Amino acid sequence: MTRRRTIVTAAILAGALGLTACGTNREEEPAAGGAAAGACDTGKGTLIIGMVAPLSGSLSALGLGMRNSAQLAVDQANEACSVPGYKLAFQPEDDQATPQVAGQAATKLSSDPQVVGVVGTLNSSTSQTVQPILNGRDIVQISPANTGPALTLGEAAATAPVRPFDSYFRVATTDLVQGPFAADYLVTTAGKKSIAVIDDGKTYGAGLAEQFATRATALGAQVVAREKVGEKDTDFSGVITAIRALNPDAVYYGGEYPVAGPLSAQLAAAGLAIPLMGGDGIVDAQFVALGGRVGDLATNIGAPAESLPSAKKFIDDYAAAGYTEPYSAYGAFTYDSTNVIIGALTTALADGDYTEEKRADIVKAVQETDIEGAGGSISFDEFGDTTNKVLTVYTVEGDSFAPIEGSTGAFEG
Amino acid sequence: MLPTLLSQIVNGLVLGSLIGLIALGYTMVYGIIQLINFAHGEIFMIGAYGGLAMFTYLLPTFVQQQWYLALPLLLLAGAGVSVGVALIMERFAYRPLRNAPRLAPLITALGVSVALQEGVRVFYPGATAALPFPKVFVQGTWAIPVPGGTVPLRWTGLLIIVVSLVLAFALNSFVNNSRMGRAMRATSQDRDVARLMGIDPDRVIVLTFVLGATLAGVAGILYGADLGFINIDIGFQNGIFAFTAAVLGGIGSIKGAVAGGLSIGLIKALGGQYLPGGTAYDYVWIFVVLIAVLVFRPQGFFGETERVRA
Repeated sequence: MTRRRTIVTAAILAGALGLTACGTNREEEPAAGGAAAGACDTGKGTLIIGMVAPLSGSLSALGLGMRNSAQLAVDQANEACSVPGYKLAFQPEDDQATPQVAGQAATKLSSDPQVVGVVGTLNSSTSQTVQPILNGRDIVQISPANTGPALTLGEAAATAPVRPFDSYFRVATTDLVQGPFAADYLVTTAGKKSIAVIDDGKTYGAGLAEQFATRATALGAQVVAREKVGEKDTDFSGVITAIRALNPDAVYYGGEYPVAGPLSAQLAAAGLAIPLMGGDGIVDAQFVALGGRVGDLATNIGAPAESLPSAKKFIDDYAAAGYTEPYSAYGAFTYDSTNVIIGALTTALADGDYTEEKRADIVKAVQETDIEGAGGSISFDEFGDTTNKVLTVYTVEGDSFAPIEGSTGAFEG
Repeated sequence: MLPTLLSQIVNGLVLGSLIGLIALGYTMVYGIIQLINFAHGEIFMIGAYGGLAMFTYLLPTFVQQQWYLALPLLLLAGAGVSVGVALIMERFAYRPLRNAPRLAPLITALGVSVALQEGVRVFYPGATAALPFPKVFVQGTWAIPVPGGTVPLRWTGLLIIVVSLVLAFALNSFVNNSRMGRAMRATSQDRDVARLMGIDPDRVIVLTFVLGATLAGVAGILYGADLGFINIDIGFQNGIFAFTAAVLGGIGSIKGAVAGGLSIGLIKALGGQYLPGGTAYDYVWIFVVLIAVLVFRPQGFFGETERVRA
């Protein structure tokens, strides 16, 4: 009996270890670039570009697009021998869109002396825990997707900005721009005057909704309701009944598509045939699969990749690489972020071999970046924010988001 | 403001009857073996995934398109998968601990819950993210006219209320009137004496798990059909509500589980509308009421005070 129990326990333990101990995700010998990489001199070793993004969980549609786009940039750099003497490896870490898991991923990456930079995260809330960990080791971090203002501008972002971390950069613009940009479109262009504002209470959603509401009020619209829903809620009938009585003609939602899609469907089911508008966090085909309706609106950072001549090469290369997942909302910006790190690495290693001391030089080189990327021109201001503050309004057509012609622009305050 | 009040009551009844359906599984298992089966929420979740798998991989297109063909098959598949998993769980996780101290099966239940959730996440294709659930019932809304406006009730919501109440009544009469039901009640009162009377407690316990899992599987399908999507977190979240409902109504009592479920639905809907803080605080009121009830009536609405066992 005792022995049998021991065996069973051991079997369960072994199974559990097999599930959790996936070990490192780094791939030492990328299948695609393997042959070509052999053509370069890689005698000085392997340097690692990390990523922290949600590769599983409800936001994985966005995260997997980010992973593939960064992988593409690393593979191309290896083929082109972009960093003389070194081979680049790409190590994506899953943060499950959870700040605590993101912190573990960042700690894992930062403990590896060969890590030269990290792309990510997707969520502003996860970056809050990743920033200090990477900054402590001088590892440069570039996010293609964070829009929370405090990440680069400090807590008093709107009034007294102070840059909290020198090693943090982003190619996405902030919600100080995105929220007002959305309000301009919904109130002025679409003519909605009575708007219910809902958010999920997270760093990104609550901040975006706040910026939207402030600007919408200033433009003369009435914010008739200000509600919160839980990130894991599935039944929104309570919130919808509460706003239904107030007769709004549009709903603005600060949050991401796993809530926004069902919320839009349940609005319609309750007889509220009004559009739902959101930010970059809802721009994914999953929004429609989960209930988003034709006519729903969203803003996204940058100009639509499909319309940019600079993005054509990225889109073609991505298709040629044959990834199973689409590049999604942040693909072009992730590709650019990775290339910025690779470019800065080349600059920093021009006068000597890589040591951990070189990380500070990489940060400095990123600060001085000025390139044309797939998502537009990229350079950083004194806070680490992108100087490219262009946004675009998208609307649901058929089963995915399509850019609205002529809506691309910058918010000038 | 009457339409708003009635709408929130309707919302509460829909959510509440679904929670009640899940709570029946908690309350019956507790009644028989004094185990709080925390994995029961995952049985509900797995039922929904079982139905989805059946729809996606097995049903031919012409059946998929006719809800009156698809819905009964999905309910069978959901209940079947839930029952299968519950039987495996009972046999390999709980039965070996039948005579262990109460804490051991409780911790095991938590472990089974995590294992089931992660199992679906890893092995069901695409389950790392929310999956759309087929529309297997009449879509649209019944706009009930009331003075001052209308009250919207989704047809799927109406289905949840009707099916839940019918199943709860059926279960109640089964337990109170059938031979097997009498065996269940006897086992719940004193397992050893029941054995002396010729009842096989193992059979009764298995039957209890089967009944609870059937209801949870049906609830999973109804839930998916109502909201149009499922994810692996629905088991945990609704499981906690259902457990709370079972405690509120008096754990071990069938009437109590339904009453507790409906109370929770109504507290959430009305509290979110009328109490300070709005919908952001609706969960808070559920647990405020739970604590208040436990302070003044620890056995819940319909529970019996715990007897000291000889």
